[in-house]
Amino acid sequence: MKYNFAAIVKQALNGQRGWPRAWRSATPKAHYDVIIIGGGGHGLAAAYYLAKNHGITNVAVLEKGWIGGGNAGRNTTIVRSNYELQDNSRFYEHSLKLWEELSTELNFNTMFSQRGAMIVAQNDGSVDYLLKRGNAMRLQGIDAQWLSPDEVRKELSGVYSDENARLPIYGGLMQRRGGTARHDAMIWGYARAASALGIDIIENCEVTDFVLQGEKVLGVQTTRGKILSGATALSVAGHSGHLAAKAGIRLPLESHLLQAFVTEPVKPLLDTVAVFSGLELYISQSDKGGLVFGGELDGYNSYSQRGSFSRSRDIMKAAATYFPMMSRLKVLRQWAGVVDMTMDGSPIMHCGPLDNLYINAGWCYGGFKGTPAAGWCLAHSIAENELHPLSKGFSLDRFKSGKTIDEPGTGPVPNAH
Amino acid sequence: MNRIPCPHCGERDLEEFYYGGDATVQRPSMDDGSLERWHDFVYLRDNPRGPHSELWYHSSGCRRWFKLTRDTLNHQILAADQKEPETVTGDNVGDSNV
Repeated sequence: MKYNFAAIVKQALNGQRGWPRAWRSATPKAHYDVIIIGGGGHGLAAAYYLAKNHGITNVAVLEKGWIGGGNAGRNTTIVRSNYELQDNSRFYEHSLKLWEELSTELNFNTMFSQRGAMIVAQNDGSVDYLLKRGNAMRLQGIDAQWLSPDEVRKELSGVYSDENARLPIYGGLMQRRGGTARHDAMIWGYARAASALGIDIIENCEVTDFVLQGEKVLGVQTTRGKILSGATALSVAGHSGHLAAKAGIRLPLESHLLQAFVTEPVKPLLDTVAVFSGLELYISQSDKGGLVFGGELDGYNSYSQRGSFSRSRDIMKAAATYFPMMSRLKVLRQWAGVVDMTMDGSPIMHCGPLDNLYINAGWCYGGFKGTPAAGWCLAHSIAENELHPLSKGFSLDRFKSGKTIDEPGTGPVPNAH
Repeated sequence: MNRIPCPHCGERDLEEFYYGGDATVQRPSMDDGSLERWHDFVYLRDNPRGPHSELWYHSSGCRRWFKLTRDTLNHQILAADQKEPETVTGDNVGDSNV
């Protein structure tokens, strides 16, 4: 059923009893052309674009839990493409362009709001760095604007204004086209659109092992039986290392915890996304009014989905420093997602290393904004058996050739990115 | 996870420690010319979901490195090794004045 005004009227007259399920609940077949492990945003987007762009519809998306229950429901919904290095900026800019059309594309309101995303400079060094980053963006045709300290304070009502503070505001790099989207709407939208094109979405189906023949992946063993496939894609975020190990593959990544928080709802306060570079903090206000914020990683390997108190306190401290009024707000929710941090802080998209295997991993904390383009490029990899030009730089080969994509320049330390 | 049992000082707040990562990676010898082995050492990790052998540095306490076995699923500490880890005597974790 197409969602439109006529449908709303019709269903209203019908007592809202005629809405069909948004996607079919499929039972697994014995064989598919393509299996995508992981029913997150990336996996579902890949399935959608496989059908839409490449005409491949005999596809199953296997999800161990339920759709929207993993990192798609554990993020801070920020979308931006303000990267300096070309491999990243080209990719995320393509993603941002897909976001701009996504609600129409999926016939599902993703509530994409281009309210701007700004990085606040708090010392001379960060001014130099952000100006360089802004210039790099503009040279690649991405919008970027430098704001003076007064302009930053005008954008961020409620921000502290003490010029003698330890971390004063020196300026800000604003990307007006950045913003936020509704995370559930994005994943439900992709699931519904993929299902409508004939993709099987199989929930409560955990992959326990690979079916291998020499160097070739023939399919997977799951909690709902063996499923064979022509191509198998791995798209499981924080569990990439764990699952790849079952195929005998070691990846250049570690699983870490990233916490986030939502306060009780307040009246409109912040109409942009702000990222502070002094004490690490990123913050935006949801449409319901809650302030959504997060900070640094917890810093040690973990699959627990539970953050440590000391890091919660650091992030709260940063929030109360920059927005003093927040010290009076109650935090309603706190969560930790398992993020797959790579050795250079940039994602991995790879055809191989086994035959018929495609890897989409290592999204660190960039997975949400990258969803449409990751799906787009993963679908291309599977259909053409080669990386999409936009994701060529993300291949595993970069670690051997030395062409790592290290935005902050911190070296091969996953918890430092 | 909030407390770490330092084998020298006892159980202390997590904030007193610096995390040194996977303790099982072995640095090749300096005259090893194999790109493969250096690549594996610098970049590849087992990243287990379960018991993980890892290095910690008690930076705000005794300033000593030690090895911990910790379950990455539930943060349970399974073992703490008092012996100075041999990986630290190489220089893969850098200067101990972290």
